[in-house]
Amino acid sequence: MDDFKPQIVAFCCANCTSSAANVSHGMKKALPDNIKIIQVPCTGRIETLHLLKPFEEGADGVYVAGCQADSCQYISGITKAAKRVAQVKDILEGLSIEPERIDVFHMSAGKGQEFVEVADRMVNTVKGLGPVLTA
Amino acid sequence: MIVAESKPIKELLEMVKDFKKILVVGCKGCVTVCNVGGAKEVAILASTIRISGKKEGLDVVVGEHTLERQCDPEYINELKDVVGDYDAVISIACGVGPQFLSERYPASKVFPGVNTKFMGGAVEHGVWSERCAGCGTCVVHNFGGLCPIARCSKSLLNGPCGGSSNGKCEISKDVDCVWDLIVTKMMEQDRLGELIEFQAPKSWTTARDGGPRKMIREELVK
Repeated sequence: MDDFKPQIVAFCCANCTSSAANVSHGMKKALPDNIKIIQVPCTGRIETLHLLKPFEEGADGVYVAGCQADSCQYISGITKAAKRVAQVKDILEGLSIEPERIDVFHMSAGKGQEFVEVADRMVNTVKGLGPVLTA
Repeated sequence: MIVAESKPIKELLEMVKDFKKILVVGCKGCVTVCNVGGAKEVAILASTIRISGKKEGLDVVVGEHTLERQCDPEYINELKDVVGDYDAVISIACGVGPQFLSERYPASKVFPGVNTKFMGGAVEHGVWSERCAGCGTCVVHNFGGLCPIARCSKSLLNGPCGGSSNGKCEISKDVDCVWDLIVTKMMEQDRLGELIEFQAPKSWTTARDGGPRKMIREELVK
């Protein structure tokens, strides 16, 4: 398990989370190289299918990073995303796949350190769970 | 619309566990409107089955197709060139869909992907409520436009029972007492006196109690 390098897809909103990413860049903090970032205009646009497809394509974990619930400029984007993440958790449980493989995180624009910490936390969680697919 | 809900994925996977080529068929009718059986849900279910197959190390092929409607033979015919390529078909239309598919393609093994719940409408986004029991003889005009057959837990026609409390039915605080709504509505319209009129016991021969129903309109029959 020690040499297992989980593949993780992160859906990040183009507002708070991208600002946090810029701050982290300025702090010379780097994301783990096994995180694939998909930037979206708002996490509210992320559909259930978008969250399932990475697993279908072999990802071991997925997370959504968006604004604080009260600071989404589209009002309820991250709240909608959180509901879809919850739906995918249910689907994964139905498949006997650990629901911890998907999560949602709220981030303020200035939290560069947190942007990297969330990624590290997700990598560690999924690494502990091992690979999801056998084929 | 006909309102349905997805079957639990475990139940569905158990049904099709012996098949390696599965076609998921959606419907653009009622189940699309209630977000359970349209093209989007076809894609979600297909992806879910593929993930399950990969997890189990199985080479499962999942096809996706969404028909205009599954309750009309001409649309069912659209599958004639593809249905034979699959070992199993999952219909995520209402209960009509899998039956029409089974009748049209007798060699195919057809499975229902949803549980059909009731005839109703969306009372808010993501919330559906029953409105019609399909009794075959509509009487809502006698009750302020509200149906005591579908919406009263006892289908009472001559006023509420003793279980009506603060506008709610005794079966659940989440269920309105339709008789409370009816009386309120009739008072608002100054028609309360109409409720004094005795409603004779309803004939259920036009409902499901009369056996499976069929409707023929001669002007439309070819």
